[in-house]
Amino acid sequence: MKKLLLSLLLSIGCIAGASANEGGYPLDKFPTEKMNDMASLQHGAKLFVNYCLNCHSANYMRYNRMKDLGLTDDEIKKNMLFATEKVGETMKISLDPKQAKEWFGTQPPDLSVVARSRAASGGGTGADYLYTLWRTFYRDETKPSGWNNLVFPDIAMPHAMWELQGQRTAKFVDEKDHHDPKKTVRRFEGFEQVTPGKLDEHGYDEAVGDLVAFLQYMAEPAQGKRVQIGVWVLLFLGLLTVFTWRLNAAYWKDVK
Amino acid sequence: MAAYKEAPADATAAQKLLNWVDNRFPLTKLYNEHMGEYYAPKNFNFWYVFGSLAMLVLVIQIVTGIFLVMHYKPDAGLAFASVEYIMRDVPGGWIIRYMHSTGASAFFIVVYLHMFRGLLYGSYRKPRELVWIFGCGIFLCLMAEAFMGYLLPWGQMSYWGAQVIVNLFSAVPFIGPDLSLLIRGDYVVGDATLNRFFSFHVIAVPLVLLGLVAAHIIALHEVGSNNPDGVEIKEKKDAKGIPLDGIPFHPYYTVHDIYAVSVFLMIFTAVLFFAPEGGGYFLEYNNFIEANPLKTPPHIAPVWYFTPFYSMLRATTDLMVNVLCVILAIAGVLGIVKGGFSGLGKIVLAIAVIVAVALLKYFDAKFWGVVVMGGAVIILFFLPWLDRSLVKSIRYRPSWHKYVYGVFVFFFLVLGYLGAQPPSDVGNYVSQIGTLVYFGFFLLMPWWSRMGTFRAVPERVNYAAH
Repeated sequence: MKKLLLSLLLSIGCIAGASANEGGYPLDKFPTEKMNDMASLQHGAKLFVNYCLNCHSANYMRYNRMKDLGLTDDEIKKNMLFATEKVGETMKISLDPKQAKEWFGTQPPDLSVVARSRAASGGGTGADYLYTLWRTFYRDETKPSGWNNLVFPDIAMPHAMWELQGQRTAKFVDEKDHHDPKKTVRRFEGFEQVTPGKLDEHGYDEAVGDLVAFLQYMAEPAQGKRVQIGVWVLLFLGLLTVFTWRLNAAYWKDVK
Repeated sequence: MAAYKEAPADATAAQKLLNWVDNRFPLTKLYNEHMGEYYAPKNFNFWYVFGSLAMLVLVIQIVTGIFLVMHYKPDAGLAFASVEYIMRDVPGGWIIRYMHSTGASAFFIVVYLHMFRGLLYGSYRKPRELVWIFGCGIFLCLMAEAFMGYLLPWGQMSYWGAQVIVNLFSAVPFIGPDLSLLIRGDYVVGDATLNRFFSFHVIAVPLVLLGLVAAHIIALHEVGSNNPDGVEIKEKKDAKGIPLDGIPFHPYYTVHDIYAVSVFLMIFTAVLFFAPEGGGYFLEYNNFIEANPLKTPPHIAPVWYFTPFYSMLRATTDLMVNVLCVILAIAGVLGIVKGGFSGLGKIVLAIAVIVAVALLKYFDAKFWGVVVMGGAVIILFFLPWLDRSLVKSIRYRPSWHKYVYGVFVFFFLVLGYLGAQPPSDVGNYVSQIGTLVYFGFFLLMPWWSRMGTFRAVPERVNYAAH
């Protein structure tokens, strides 16, 4: 019986595995250690406010919540706010949705929880997605914005951080499809730097890592605390289980 | 009506108080009937903890639900933001919300295991038919509760999931379009839908659910619990009328269940604190995007606990309807030839089959998909009369019955897996086979459950002292 169930379960696993590998550009791993690095998170916050928070809002995120990141109200006011906002407000923007639609073809989405919504079951976390997205922009004059992206083809957003990364083009080669010789597929061959950015490649990767760390934090500001509390709760329950296990045994030892 | 009892002269203040209450409300009597002198078989195994765990999860859902309602806004314009407000600005809000969202999945895991236990040991057999039927009612309520609750966060999956399921009702012949309009309260899922689902989710369905849970337990305690051996412990009693194999629920099963609760809570909190999204199955990633009636997601999948039934819905294509017609025809011919009916009976049967086939072909396959999906749940109610096995417990059934159960469980899991995947040709064929296996398991049960060599059921339960 058990063997049967096991083999049946195993075959489910095989079905699951067979369909897990779908097409698309493979995602790089977001360096998760940045989540525990306050300097990274603060730098990410700054990049977010400077580069994203003009077109994108973060309507559910309060500025003063960034005290989680080791900042004080004064520091937040001085570095993150424009003149008119108050530190207890959420990160709203004044971009008119109608105009946004005219400019970009679509309204830039709110980014409060973007790191959570961009995860895919079995296909990398939302942070992996964003980390790769921000490192695969390239010049494409056929697009209205002049930019394209490997992770998100035909993305409406231009490369907002191009001055940091510089401009790059992507090389593609046409290849015959393995499955269908009549079709050709475009295979990505690599990037080519056209103009240099303010940062070198490593520096840019670090900056994107910091930004994504902040986005990941912002998607669930309680996540650090959640894991912290979780450890204690599990320790407590582990101890409780030992007691309830012995209590149960003590009652049942006389039952014949 | 009991006569008024005076407390003994030397009674303590507490005893006097209890006596006062007992003369006005059957407190001691209720306690004894359900706890202190409720004799449960002493040979319960691991499978018997899930009933108590379901109660625990129910309490978690109700208590966390009360706190969520304090901050949640059932308004299409505010709902999504209010959930994020709970997650960020309400002190401890995230923990309450995660308890509720993890609790929803935990409820189904626990209830599916609880039902499977009943299946293994024939807990629905005479005289426990009503226990089982109340339980099926609870399962149905739970599905309604989960479905309507899932709309409330007003994310993309909430919205489009509800849209898909409510649209299904429009496939019902004649009244369909009006029916789905009545459910939605609008021509598309919108604010009116959100408000009525909220009302049902927090008031109507929980009231019915609690009533059914009470009925489930009262019925159970009236007939007494079954056990892994399927032996009726009430048939062997000692001089005082206490079952020889029974043991008082309190303290023996209370300490047992407290142990189970602490183990369960470890798993529950591990998910809650370390993986609250449950790998995208407990909280779907798409649901972190606010509902947008103009943007249909490329892949709409219900939450995992509905996927087996969703698979059966998707499996019911025109091809499947044809297969069902053929199966009906074969069943009809078999019934006429081998059923032992009188001449009139045969004619009635033949007409019934012809009418059924005509109806199958007349209405849209989509409608039959809805029937199949609903039927998959409704058929559970009839289990006590479908199972004709000579013994209750799997332990004394022919060993090949275990494989039948194994295949059933396997296909149920496969259906669940496929229901979460985008549709594919292979997947669709597999889910069609799965659907046939699911219904075959139940509808052929009157025949297969009687076949094979049964083992002798012992007089007393098997119990090895711990």
